[in-house]
Amino acid sequence: MLRSSQPLTGPNRKRCREDEMLLGTVLDEGERGFIIDTRSAQAAKQARMTGGGTEPKSSYPQWRRLHRPLERGRPLQESFIKLVEACNDTSINMDRWLSRLESCRWLSHVKAALSTACLAAQCMDREEASVLVHGAEGTDTTLLVTALAQVILDPSCRTLVGFQGLLEREWIQAGHPFHLRCARSAYSHARLKQEAPLFLLFLDCVWQLSRQFPFSLEFGERLLLTLFDNAYASAYGTFLCNNEKERRVGREVGTPQCHVKESTHSLWAWLNQPGERKKYLNPLYSPNALVIWPSVEPQSIQLWQGLFFRWIRSSQYLDEAWAEIQRLVQGN
Amino acid sequence: VENVRLLDRLSSRKAALGTLYLTATHVIFVENVSETRKETWVLHSQISSIEKQATTATGCPLLIRCKNFQVIQLVIPQERDCHDVYISLIRLARPVKYEELYCFSFNPKLDKEEREQGWKLVDLNEEYNRMGIPNNYWQISDVNRDYGVCDSYPTEVYVPKSATAHIIVGSSKFRSRRRFPALSYYCKDNNASICRSSQPLSGFSARCLEDEQMLQAIRKANPGSDFIYVVDTRPKLNAMANRAAGKGYENEDNYSNIKFQFIGIENIHVMRNSLQKMLEVCELKSPSMSDFLWGLENSGWLKHIKAIMDAGIFIAKAVAEEGVSVLVHCSDGWDRTAQVCSVASLLLDPYYRTMKGFMVLIEKDWVSFGHKFNHRYGNLDGDPKEISPVIDQFIECVWQLMEQFPCAFEFNERFLIHIQHHIYSCQFGNFLCNSQKERRELKIQERTYSLWAHLWKNRADYLNPLYRSDQSQTQGTLRPQMAPCNFLYKFWSGMYNRFEKGLHPRQSITDYLMAVKEETQQLEEELEALGERLANLQKSQLNDNKVKRKQQDRSKQLGLSTSDNSLANTPQEYSNDLKSFPSRSPSQGDEDDSALILTQDNLKSSDPDLSANSDQESGVEDLSCRSPSGGGCLPSEDSGKDSDEAVFLAV
Repeated sequence: MLRSSQPLTGPNRKRCREDEMLLGTVLDEGERGFIIDTRSAQAAKQARMTGGGTEPKSSYPQWRRLHRPLERGRPLQESFIKLVEACNDTSINMDRWLSRLESCRWLSHVKAALSTACLAAQCMDREEASVLVHGAEGTDTTLLVTALAQVILDPSCRTLVGFQGLLEREWIQAGHPFHLRCARSAYSHARLKQEAPLFLLFLDCVWQLSRQFPFSLEFGERLLLTLFDNAYASAYGTFLCNNEKERRVGREVGTPQCHVKESTHSLWAWLNQPGERKKYLNPLYSPNALVIWPSVEPQSIQLWQGLFFRWIRSSQYLDEAWAEIQRLVQGN
Repeated sequence: VENVRLLDRLSSRKAALGTLYLTATHVIFVENVSETRKETWVLHSQISSIEKQATTATGCPLLIRCKNFQVIQLVIPQERDCHDVYISLIRLARPVKYEELYCFSFNPKLDKEEREQGWKLVDLNEEYNRMGIPNNYWQISDVNRDYGVCDSYPTEVYVPKSATAHIIVGSSKFRSRRRFPALSYYCKDNNASICRSSQPLSGFSARCLEDEQMLQAIRKANPGSDFIYVVDTRPKLNAMANRAAGKGYENEDNYSNIKFQFIGIENIHVMRNSLQKMLEVCELKSPSMSDFLWGLENSGWLKHIKAIMDAGIFIAKAVAEEGVSVLVHCSDGWDRTAQVCSVASLLLDPYYRTMKGFMVLIEKDWVSFGHKFNHRYGNLDGDPKEISPVIDQFIECVWQLMEQFPCAFEFNERFLIHIQHHIYSCQFGNFLCNSQKERRELKIQERTYSLWAHLWKNRADYLNPLYRSDQSQTQGTLRPQMAPCNFLYKFWSGMYNRFEKGLHPRQSITDYLMAVKEETQQLEEELEALGERLANLQKSQLNDNKVKRKQQDRSKQLGLSTSDNSLANTPQEYSNDLKSFPSRSPSQGDEDDSALILTQDNLKSSDPDLSANSDQESGVEDLSCRSPSGGGCLPSEDSGKDSDEAVFLAV
């Protein structure tokens, strides 16, 4: 599985031999690959007007392009804000709740993200074909798809350590602009242009997987909530800045240098301490060597209560249940 | 009929070819695939509707919808055969006499005494004794001993001590269907009670002294409070409309010391339509999130569930927190009243959250108080307007509570699903007819078997591993969060999409934890035994100064493999663009179900319709693989089939 940003085809349908060669080396003679473009066909075509575009069939003959539009940017942030508002609205009656939930579109985004990741996984696992994933910038929906596909495909990404490695690789080092995307969150009135909850959407999808495959992830909901918290505000430097360059060298000459590695502590170091680590483990975990294929039917996708109702409803009874599960498993 | 195809609902490409059989009690489809010969059994009593669809090039489609929400799509090659099957099923699914029902021919091979014992498992007298009755305030009355006062009530009713026979009879004449106020639940801690009745025949201005005295008697039976609540579970408009027909509700001016309250729960027709709409949503092929949520809201189903729950919560609060007695009624006092009283009792008393207690609850508030099982669930062919998912809604309320309070119930989801199944299956005699009187006339207990005995015998399958009597949830009153709580009501796909394997988590936490518990227990016993042996050995070897290392026989490691690979799941169709992929071989589908059928011997004899259904709920097959102390592990059926999915051998 490969990821990139969009090719700069532009209105004049530019070609780039090196790019074609690079993609050519991935496939053998006669082999077929899939390009999953996370923009709609129309959006991708329109991108040509501003210098972007798609890979033309003639130049990349072995690659079959599939469009799976995923929401990003402002509309996704709006979806998030509306959902949080709906969850906090005590005046909604039961006969309006579901349509209100629907109008936020958040669950539709979860469904779309999971479906696309499953598609990528299916290409690799069932069709045994290579996959290239990109959207426009390659920093948002692209990473959502590649990271989620790996959780689905690869059992090592479902271990506590493996999941952290996945986050490091596919989100942090891959350059998801955390600083811009996870700025003020859902309550803020400042509607920042660059803010968008892609990372939260990813965590939500992982939560859906944990619900559908309760034994297959080594970590539990608590880890996901902790990651959500730390992406927005953290005592650790792991989610600081927007990419590796900023973390190491700073943004421009003259701006303060972050030197993240030298001046902050790593979230992973803290999480992995024996005393801490056990809080994040899933007591039901049993290594599952298989690919986990989630159901993306609407009945199978649920609202992540642990996150969206975290401060609204008591988790006492669910906590008791988990404590009992822990006790039963440990007693054995 | 041969060469019939059974279509998979989610993927029309996956069709099984086989033979269709019609027997006196079941429809059976047997797949041709020689190794497995998977069978699908459907009881005629479960059939809700049959639809003959337009003939296509491939044959004549026949759609069978069941009361337990199974939907079976068959394609029969010849039109004439299809028509024959259709006509036969219509007749078979609409029995005219009770004797046609399965319970009269069902034979679990028990002797007469065992059958009798089965019926005695739930004893309502014992139950009222448990509540603390008879006592200073309440007593049993035999005024209805020959059903002379009310033919839909039981022969034994519990009334306030100060309610004389004269008062009871008088009150019954002032109540719809003669269903006078009688005791449903008594709280001995504070003497508050829940009583139930039907609507008074008050019209606009009629009064009845005895009825007013009856309510006073109820109030006096609770010295801790100087008033009672009267809760009418109908919407105000409906109740008012009833006045024009000479019925209605209690006027606070006429009845001293009552506080009247409407809690609007819609009637049986609204509920029937609501379920219908929800099932239509379930039948949508690959709906979007939007279609689903809109459809679900449009059906109003969860709104109704919440309304019933809220009513139960109100009554439970009145009893537990205010110490005030409540009289509940609707129109006839056998639908909404039953729902609301049983939800309230469940919230109030932890006994009803045990397996036995739940059976008692249903016997008390549904069976004995004359809920019209025959009319509501169509045992016999009758008026379609009487059909309504009343007890289904109650059962769902219980499930919603189980989701909110996972440790509070001794039983699990499967228990609820099986009870619902058997309410419609007519395999047992508990839920036949419309009243105790009718059941006794038909001699049900002498001619059929009790579901409760059957469930009790298999209770290991129905336990909730998280239930512990010392948890905060299991003690005292359950207090569900009031508002905001819309989100707490989830769509019960375990019930309404029960037979769609792809939708459910493939691995059941409940089954796994039960296996863990069982194993822990066995190991503890083993440990104890070894400890004893060790002590004996040490005694007999006083000369040996070496410290013996405890060698535990851990050759059977605790390899509880939860990722049972015969449950390896397959991807659904994620790509709407079917042209993307050439169709993969269908061999990867359904490999799990074959293993299910072959091991379910015990299930097959007692639950023929359940055992061969490839539904994921019974994880018995998993257990046989996991328990190390059990016999050999069932080799994974598909170990040779698919090289992609690695085989995980349980130790």
